[in-house]
Amino acid sequence: MSILVNQETKVICQGITGGAGAFHTKGCLEYGTQMVGGVTPGKGGQTIEELPVFDTVEQAVGETGATATMIFVPAPFTADAILEAADAGIKVIAAITEGVPVMDMIHVFETVKEKGITLIGPNCPGLITPEECKMGIMPGYIHQKGKVGVMSRSGTLTYEAVWQTSNLGLGQSTCVGLGGDPIVGTSFIDLLRLYEADDQTEAILMIGEIGGSAEEEAAAYVAESVTKPVAAFIAGRTAPPGKRMGHAGAIISGGKGTAEEKITALEEAGIEVAQSPADMGQAVQRAMAR
Amino acid sequence: MKIHEFQAKQLFRDAQVPVLENRVARTAEEAAAAFTELGGSLAVVKAQIHAGGRGKGTMMEVPEQHGVQLVRSAEEAAEVAENILGNKLVTIQTGPAGQEVRQVLVEAGCDIANELYLGIVLDRAKSMPVLMASAEGGVEIEKVAAETPELIHKEYFHPDVGLQPYQVRKLCARLGITGKTVRSADAFMRAMCRMYADNDCSLVEVNPMVIDSAGQIIALDGKVTFDDNAMFRHPAFAEWRDLAEEDAAEVRAGNAGLSYVNLDGNIGCLVNGAGLAMSTMDIIKLHGGEPANFLDVGGGANTEQVTEAFRILLDDPSVKAVLVNIFGGIARCTTIAQAILEASREVGFSVPLVVRLEGTEVEEGRRLLEESDVDIISAMDLADAAEKVVQAATQA
Repeated sequence: MSILVNQETKVICQGITGGAGAFHTKGCLEYGTQMVGGVTPGKGGQTIEELPVFDTVEQAVGETGATATMIFVPAPFTADAILEAADAGIKVIAAITEGVPVMDMIHVFETVKEKGITLIGPNCPGLITPEECKMGIMPGYIHQKGKVGVMSRSGTLTYEAVWQTSNLGLGQSTCVGLGGDPIVGTSFIDLLRLYEADDQTEAILMIGEIGGSAEEEAAAYVAESVTKPVAAFIAGRTAPPGKRMGHAGAIISGGKGTAEEKITALEEAGIEVAQSPADMGQAVQRAMAR
Repeated sequence: MKIHEFQAKQLFRDAQVPVLENRVARTAEEAAAAFTELGGSLAVVKAQIHAGGRGKGTMMEVPEQHGVQLVRSAEEAAEVAENILGNKLVTIQTGPAGQEVRQVLVEAGCDIANELYLGIVLDRAKSMPVLMASAEGGVEIEKVAAETPELIHKEYFHPDVGLQPYQVRKLCARLGITGKTVRSADAFMRAMCRMYADNDCSLVEVNPMVIDSAGQIIALDGKVTFDDNAMFRHPAFAEWRDLAEEDAAEVRAGNAGLSYVNLDGNIGCLVNGAGLAMSTMDIIKLHGGEPANFLDVGGGANTEQVTEAFRILLDDPSVKAVLVNIFGGIARCTTIAQAILEASREVGFSVPLVVRLEGTEVEEGRRLLEESDVDIISAMDLADAAEKVVQAATQA
C-alpha cells in the first residue's frame, strides 16, 4: 500500500510561481504525481504548467480537493505557509525550504501535532512513493517500486541509499527525507509506526547522522514495537566535536550526539548497522536474511 | 553566530539582566583607564575570544598569564592587558594553535557568596527551549552533566509565553535559593528566557551566575549563540560578527554560499549535500585516508560557486588529492562537470582528481569530462571512489 502518499494523492505547490516551485512542480508532474494546482499570494488566476494558481490554500483546497502540499516559499515565510496549509485541512505537508528559524518552528510543530497533520521537513528533499507520487526534489529515476521503507535526515545520502536498494532489486515502498534542522515535523518513530503497519513495506532503512538523540529514541522504539527487519547507517563518524556539519542539527555538542553512541544504541536494539555508506543496501539484505 | 562576552553582556543589560559595570579595552592604556573609571579597589581583566576555558587557559607567548585575572590597580590592569593583547590564548577549546586576543573586558569586582550555572538551549527531543540551572556553578558543567545529571535542574518554556513564576520557585527550591534572592532569581531567569526568545538565540550560558553578598543574582560571564537562519530579523547583530574568530577558508566558503569545515587530513572533498559529505569523509577514513575538509556545495550551486569551491580546496597546501562525489538531485552533474573544466583552466589541478558522478544529468556530465583533456580518475561508486582517492593521496 505504501505510506502517506500514493497515486490517489492530490498535491498542490505553495510558492509555485517561484523558480524552484515551478521547476519542481514540472518535475513532479513528469513523474506522474497528481499535481492539481498551486498557491502564491497575489498571483491567483495565473496558470503554471497548465495548473491553476490560487491566492490562498483555502481556495486551492476548495477548488481542487487537494490533501497534500509541497512548500517552496522563502524561509522567512515558511512557518506561515505551513500554518496556512494546516488551517486549510491539508493532511500531508512537505516543507522543502532550507533556513527556517528554529523559533518559528516551535509553534508550527505544536500546531501540526495538535491537528494530527504529517509535516515532513523543513529543509528536506520531500517524500516519494515510487511510480505513484513524488512530492519533492529527488531525482525520480533512481527509485523503484518495492519493499524497503527508507527514512533519512539527509537529502543526497538518501538518494545514495535508494540507488543501492534499487540496484539490488529491493525497491522502495515510500522514501521520506525528514530534514536536517533541529526541529522537524516528523520523527523516525512516527514513520516506524507507519512502516510497521504498512503491508508493502517488508524492511526499513533508517539513515541518521550525528547530533541530537533521534536515532537513540528510534532504536528504543524498534526494540519494543517493530517486528520488521531494520537496517541503519549513521553519517558523521569522522566529524570533530563542536563543528556544525552543514545541517543545523548535525553537531556534536557536550560530547553528546556522537556516531559511536548512536551505533551502539542501534546495535543493542537488534538493528543491522551499515559500517560504510557503500554498504546500506546490503545491510538491508542482511537484516532481511536474519 | 557566536558573539563575545562583552557583546552578550550588552544584550543582558538591555534585557534587564543584572551584569557588573565593565569597559572594553584594546590597549594597555585603555585597560588602565577602565580600571580607574570603574573606581573600585579591584577589577577583573578578561580576554575576549569566542572559545571557552579562558580562566584555565594560558597565553602562548607569556605562559604564566591566564586569560582571566583579578587586578588591584590601574598599573596591574595595564600589565595584564599588555600580556594578553595581541598574544594567543590557548584553551581547551581553541586547540594548540590558540586564538589571538584583540580586546579585553575590564569588569568591576564583586563579593561572591555563591556560584551557580544557568543555560538555555533547545531540547530537540521536545522541540521546546529548556532552562537548565545548577548549584554546581563555576566548574565544567559538562562534567556535572555526565557524572551527576541529577544536579542539573530543568524547566521547559514556550518562547511566546515565557518562563512562569512558579517555574522559578520550583527551581529556587531545588537549587537552595531562599529569602529575597528568590525575587532576584525570578527577575533574572524570566528576563533571560525572554532575551533568548526575542533575539532568536540558539544557546545562552552563564557560568558562573553568582549570588553576591547582598543576595542579588548577577551574570558574571555570558555566552550567546544566535540562530543563523533568523539573522534577517536582527540586522543589527551583523556588526557583532567577528571574522577574526572564524577560520578564513570557512568564511570565504560561506561568502560563496558553500558550507565548509577545515579538517586535519590530506584528501580534499567536494560533495553535494551535508549527509553525503559527512559520509564521504567517513568512507575515506574507512579506506585508511584522512579527509582535509567537509565541503557541501548545496543543491542550487552554479558553476562559479563550484569553481570557487575548487579554488578553496586547491589553496590548502595539505591537500594531496581531491575527491568529487556528486549525487545530483537539484544539483546537476553537468554544472559540476563544467566547474571542473573551469577550475582546471583557471587554476589547474596540481593533485590527482577522483570524480564520481551520479543522478541528474549524469550521462551528459560524464561525457563533458571524457571529452575534455583534464586528467581525471573516474569512479563508478562510493567505495570505488574512496579506494582510488586514498591510493592517489598515498602515492602523492
